[in-house]
Amino acid sequence: MRPHTGWVSFRSACGVVLLLARATPAPAQEAHVGNRTGHAKAGKPLYQRYCVGCHGQDGDGNGENAAWIDPKPRDFTTPVFKCRSTPTGTLPTDADLFNAVTRGFVTTNMPPWRPLTEQNRVDLVAFIKTFSKRWQTAKPGAPLTVPPEPVLTIQGILHGRELYQRMECWKCHGPAGHGDGPSAHDLTDNKDNPIRPYDFRSGTRFMCGETNQDLYRIFMTGLDGSPMPSFADQLKPADGWDLVHFLRTLQPLQTREAAIWREWVATHGSELKPIGPEGGGR
Amino acid sequence: MVKRFLKSAAPLAMMLCAAMTAPSGGTAARTYNEAYVHYSTLIPAFARKYNLPCSACHTAWPELNAFGQAFKDRGYQLGNDRDSPIWQAPAYWPISMRTTPQIHAENTTHQPIDPAPSEKTITQTGVDLSGVDFLLLGTLYKNITFGLVPTLDADGTTGLEAAFVRFDNLGSSPWANIKVGKFELDNLLSEKRFTWLSNNGGFLYAYHYQPAGSVDNYVFGLGDNQIGAEFAGHSINSYTRYSVAVLTPDDGEPGLPSGNSVDAMVSLSQAFQMGGGLGPPRIGVFGYLGHRPTTFDSVGGAPIPGTGSGFKSFTRVGATAQVWFGNLELIPLVSHASDDAALGGSTQKPEWNTTLLEAHYVATPRLLVQGRYELLRMSKQADPATPKTFGDVDALALGVRAYPFMFSRAGMAIHAEFAMTGTTGMAPLSGDGSGVDAYDPATKIWSRSLFLGFDFAF
Repeated sequence: MRPHTGWVSFRSACGVVLLLARATPAPAQEAHVGNRTGHAKAGKPLYQRYCVGCHGQDGDGNGENAAWIDPKPRDFTTPVFKCRSTPTGTLPTDADLFNAVTRGFVTTNMPPWRPLTEQNRVDLVAFIKTFSKRWQTAKPGAPLTVPPEPVLTIQGILHGRELYQRMECWKCHGPAGHGDGPSAHDLTDNKDNPIRPYDFRSGTRFMCGETNQDLYRIFMTGLDGSPMPSFADQLKPADGWDLVHFLRTLQPLQTREAAIWREWVATHGSELKPIGPEGGGR
Repeated sequence: MVKRFLKSAAPLAMMLCAAMTAPSGGTAARTYNEAYVHYSTLIPAFARKYNLPCSACHTAWPELNAFGQAFKDRGYQLGNDRDSPIWQAPAYWPISMRTTPQIHAENTTHQPIDPAPSEKTITQTGVDLSGVDFLLLGTLYKNITFGLVPTLDADGTTGLEAAFVRFDNLGSSPWANIKVGKFELDNLLSEKRFTWLSNNGGFLYAYHYQPAGSVDNYVFGLGDNQIGAEFAGHSINSYTRYSVAVLTPDDGEPGLPSGNSVDAMVSLSQAFQMGGGLGPPRIGVFGYLGHRPTTFDSVGGAPIPGTGSGFKSFTRVGATAQVWFGNLELIPLVSHASDDAALGGSTQKPEWNTTLLEAHYVATPRLLVQGRYELLRMSKQADPATPKTFGDVDALALGVRAYPFMFSRAGMAIHAEFAMTGTTGMAPLSGDGSGVDAYDPATKIWSRSLFLGFDFAF
């Protein structure tokens, strides 16, 4: 006897459809950096392995170690990120997050995760983006274009010093860049945790990089979630570079900026007005 | 013939399996099994210092992952400008301890017993202890690292497994670091961060084998911590690594017991940005050129320490790799070894080759399933009359490690392992038994270990 092939086929088709429906996951969160595509599914076990202790199971920065960490781990649920190439208030690019994972954050507990493979790091970025629905409703801002660095001159450094006075950078970072300005002790981040301004004596690196381009980007984009604002609306590109060149003289490094600055100060130091409430920059 | 083989193997058996007289003239009750008790290095003190879970640095502790390897290469520093002890709470003390209470059974076939020439399969079983490793490692200052590992064996014997100072990032370059003292060699497959604990499983023949007939004062293990100086460097992500070490010819024994000569070790490895596995694939090569004395000045028939002469050479060269397929890690290793005829105690240079494949399936950071197969084949015996297969080894190990919890203060693993080693003619270097070679040199002796323990560190 011939079996009920029609009924069997129908049931089979239904089964296949149901199976496909079950097997087809919701659109997976991805990240794209260069020619690599990261997948949240692959990033999840990596997050459990490397990140969960500080950032927590829910990505809210309340991992079991958070109580012992200062500054506190990033809360991925907000999602507000300090180090971005995008304008203030916008989401960072995948490359921004990838660079942050790779570089780590100097003077915090976040180490550089450079030894992980690039694929691992892109997968982690994809998973980090699952903690906030904002990644599904908004796009990252347009990355800031860093203009070419102009020729370094003493005039530019001196102008940068004037800007440091006029833009009141000293109120937080201190007259000499030691992170001891009059407002330094009252600063808090977006979660009301105390936060300290950067001390330019502390080393070669900044939280969001170490090159002049990185430094330019920091005060043009601001560090969202911290009191450090964006100066993109107040500073022209040339002003920004002058400020970069001056800030480099505050670091304990043998830089070209520092060499030019020391040479000028040796002969013209008496012309300088102090930076601070009474100061005028030059 | 049996007697001849017993005679040829006797020095080795004495050296490996019984108390031996140290060149210093004192008696050092040093057996090979004792030498391997100290697996050392997982450091919850680092986890406490940096608030990172064990899994950040270990695929499954104590084996290092790529991040942990880079951390070690940097001198136990994360490189986030908080590495100097000044950043630690004054109460922080860089010490961890590790021990392994265990139940284990050892079963060894063809063991000579009284009255000769009787043989039987010996089974030894019970609850045992591993001793304690005290792991003091950290930074004295930024870019100045120290390591100190006193050990306390279960029988009360104390030792100093490691003691070194390391100057990191010389000239602000990761390519220049120098370490002086007693330390583990730069082995890609580390025996100090082994995930094997049983007598048979916790033993790499590639690192420790010495053929029958080797002279008494020739003791060497590539897995043993050695004394000397190591110049090493690495790329910023530690994907490219090298090390060059000059070492005393004493196999890590302090007091310069051998004499005036130098060993040398070179290793190179390269990892690649490939695949989506748990770590980057890596390949590496290593070579060790060693020297051991064949004669000593003596007084009253006893050798005078440090007066060794007539140094003869031995070599170990090999290649290894680390390959990831998702959560599956494969570690193959091949090596070739040869000793000078004078060290081999006969007329020919003994030579042998080893091949091993170790596999780790890291199901989660808290569950590891592992296996290893190792074979060793003699290619040339020191004594031409010795059967070619004498001393050949086949070793298999299987194990599971489960970590009930994983956080940044302490670690514990429930460890189960079965390992078996077959050695032709010789008493197995691993495992227990009577420690005496079989009467028949063609006999394959099997030594088996069954192990269940609680491996914890804090």
